[in-house]
Amino acid sequence: MTRKQKRLSVIAGGLVFLAAATGLTFYALGQKASYFYMPADLTTASVQPGQRIRLGGLVEKGTIQRGQGATVGFSVTDTHKSVKVTYTGILPDLFREEQGVITEGTFGPDGVFVADSVLAKHDERYMPKEVADGLKAKGVWQENKSE
Amino acid sequence: MVETGHFALVLAFALSLVQTVVPLFGARLNNQRLMAVGGPVAVTGFALTALSFAALASAYASSDFSVASVWENSHSLQPLIYKITGTWGNHEGSMLLWVLILTFFGALVAAFGSNLPATLRANVLAVQGAIGAAFFLFILATSNPFIRLNPAPIEGRDLNPILQDLGLAIHPPFLYLGYVGFSICFSFSVAALIEGRIDASWARWVRPWTLVAWMFLTGGIAMGSYWAYYELGWGGFWFWDPVENASFMPWLAGTALLHSAIVMEKRSALKIWTLLLAILTFSLSLLGTFLVRSGVLTSVHAFATDPTRGVFILCILTLFIGGSLALFALRASRLTTGGLFQPISREGALVLNNLFLTTATATVLVGTLYPLAVEAFSADKISVGAPFFNLTFGPLMVPLLLVVPFGPLLAWKRGDVFAVAQRLMAAFAAALLATLVTALFIDGASVFAALGVGLAVWLILGALTDLAVKSGVGNVAAGIMVRRLLGLPRSVFGTAFAHLGLGLTTLGIVGTLCFGTEKILSMHAGETVELSGHTLRFVGLHPAQGPNYSEDLGRFELIGVSGSPVGEISSAKRFYPVRQMTTTESGIRTIGFSQLYISLGDEGNDGSVVVRLWWKPLVTLIWGGGLMMMAGAAMSLMDRRLRVGAPSRRRKQASAVPSATLP
Repeated sequence: MTRKQKRLSVIAGGLVFLAAATGLTFYALGQKASYFYMPADLTTASVQPGQRIRLGGLVEKGTIQRGQGATVGFSVTDTHKSVKVTYTGILPDLFREEQGVITEGTFGPDGVFVADSVLAKHDERYMPKEVADGLKAKGVWQENKSE
Repeated sequence: MVETGHFALVLAFALSLVQTVVPLFGARLNNQRLMAVGGPVAVTGFALTALSFAALASAYASSDFSVASVWENSHSLQPLIYKITGTWGNHEGSMLLWVLILTFFGALVAAFGSNLPATLRANVLAVQGAIGAAFFLFILATSNPFIRLNPAPIEGRDLNPILQDLGLAIHPPFLYLGYVGFSICFSFSVAALIEGRIDASWARWVRPWTLVAWMFLTGGIAMGSYWAYYELGWGGFWFWDPVENASFMPWLAGTALLHSAIVMEKRSALKIWTLLLAILTFSLSLLGTFLVRSGVLTSVHAFATDPTRGVFILCILTLFIGGSLALFALRASRLTTGGLFQPISREGALVLNNLFLTTATATVLVGTLYPLAVEAFSADKISVGAPFFNLTFGPLMVPLLLVVPFGPLLAWKRGDVFAVAQRLMAAFAAALLATLVTALFIDGASVFAALGVGLAVWLILGALTDLAVKSGVGNVAAGIMVRRLLGLPRSVFGTAFAHLGLGLTTLGIVGTLCFGTEKILSMHAGETVELSGHTLRFVGLHPAQGPNYSEDLGRFELIGVSGSPVGEISSAKRFYPVRQMTTTESGIRTIGFSQLYISLGDEGNDGSVVVRLWWKPLVTLIWGGGLMMMAGAAMSLMDRRLRVGAPSRRRKQASAVPSATLP
């Protein structure tokens, strides 16, 4: 092989590799990215049972139910609509009534959201950003509440 | 004292402007006097920044709540160590630490750079000064840590309890030493582009700086991972959180840079690529700073969300990344390219490494930025988490890890892949055996788990094979072999240690993910639970009082085979009244390389407590491997070629044998 051919074959090999990686990345983005919804969005968006989403909002007052064992039920609300959520595990330290949370999981066939992870804000001053933005958009959020 | 620090910071900003302009013009006019200004100015700038930082630290240590930043992030009851580490446990202070380290590296170039060509040195200091000027201005304009409050509050608002931990003393300084350390490589690259040539001293200088930065970044990431593991109480060591990715991308790119710099140093090939990689690595560090500091992401690291800060850092980002890449586009064609080489050779292996690592960096970059892009251009909010990265990053890493043991054994210029394969036969057989044993004899082992164990064993033994082959095991007498082993260049040990560390980390990850067990249950005092052969008895909840918190301590006894307790583990729920915040302190007991991990949940109505237990086999190897990689980098730094403090010798080498070829 001449120098030129050698160089070309190396470059072609690299490009094939890059193309494969790019293809994989786009496939994965299509399959594995999970969308964020607030409860009121769910009336318009079509979310299939089993489709992985993130559901955010405030923990509705008086809905936290600790059943047998480590399973907890509560409702997530954006003050317009609310959605029932169940979660088995340890709730984050900052999980409280009327606080912002993001839950991730899937809807069961009975319409109850089964979360496998629950995130609350990391410290008492801040709301999860998606929840804060969502509440602002719905006109529920008071700007200075967080400070 | 506080005003002194403030004043010193303003002076340091002014000096950084001098450091940018004067040496740059000096180099342009080839004026020795103007160029010589750079060194002393860089050292003075560092001294002033250090003074400024010390002033802030002393305000924190003495709980001077008239300083706004101290009031917001400290409390008089905090233990002294957390008062001091609290200096950088907030946005303003951490940015001051950032520039402190930046000026420190600038001063190092000034102090040790006497053997550099004068114009290169002047240009490097100028670029370093420009980065400094931008960040000094950022701090003074948007994040001044020295703002006073009048009247001064009596008590502070306490440091975020999650940060009240020894991890804060190590993780941010190490991470910044890594992040910012790459600024030197960046400055060298831009200086080379300004000059329009890359000479021999360039490669000799860039490699040790890359090693230093990489070593600290590795330590910073490993420490951050361990800290999150024990502090957050979720028992995970890596979450593919955007902020973690922000530090992981420069690490991946830096690893690629480390390897391509070897090719450049030894074979003076890949010059332009190495230069571009150095620019990209620091650009990713800047991007990381932007992601973490601008508030576009929510995480423990996003201390505050002030939009002006985000816009400011974005401007800095655009200026430096855009500027350097534009300069690259203009000048790269002028630089002389290196020679070609055979694909099957050490160089070829290192190029393959670069191809995989940069592609992996790109996938992490896409996964991290895609949600931000989607949010910017549509109303949708999406998140890209572990499933995405497992699907893209995993398939890229596995083939890379498979070929790692081949690299160091291949010869430069023209390698013989069959001869290398023969030498690796023993390691391969052992890895195969490990795979089979895992698959056949360990209950619940999946095919993936068995292959993972095999891969880790392959990496570990591959690294050891490298040392064995190079010291002549099997060919020479034992005495000669030992002498040869000890006589090997330190960089050979460095490579072996780093690759060994990679194997250990892989083994830790496979062990934890594939063989770990987990139980969530609610327990009453006196109950016992069994997890992977370990029996734990819940003794009960005991209230206790700390300096600035109260806690419920959940005590557990580890029951031995004889039925009597052999040890105690306690996990706690802590309540910090100042911030009205609860944290979970996990209980961890290390058994061999594995750990039992207990996390306490909420108390039920009937006096029971929700408890989450994990058995994490070999988990400590994840971070142990990181330490091993650091040791490898330190070993490489001690190599005679790069030894710090032996500049005259290096200069002699550089001029006498420009392309010294060590075995």
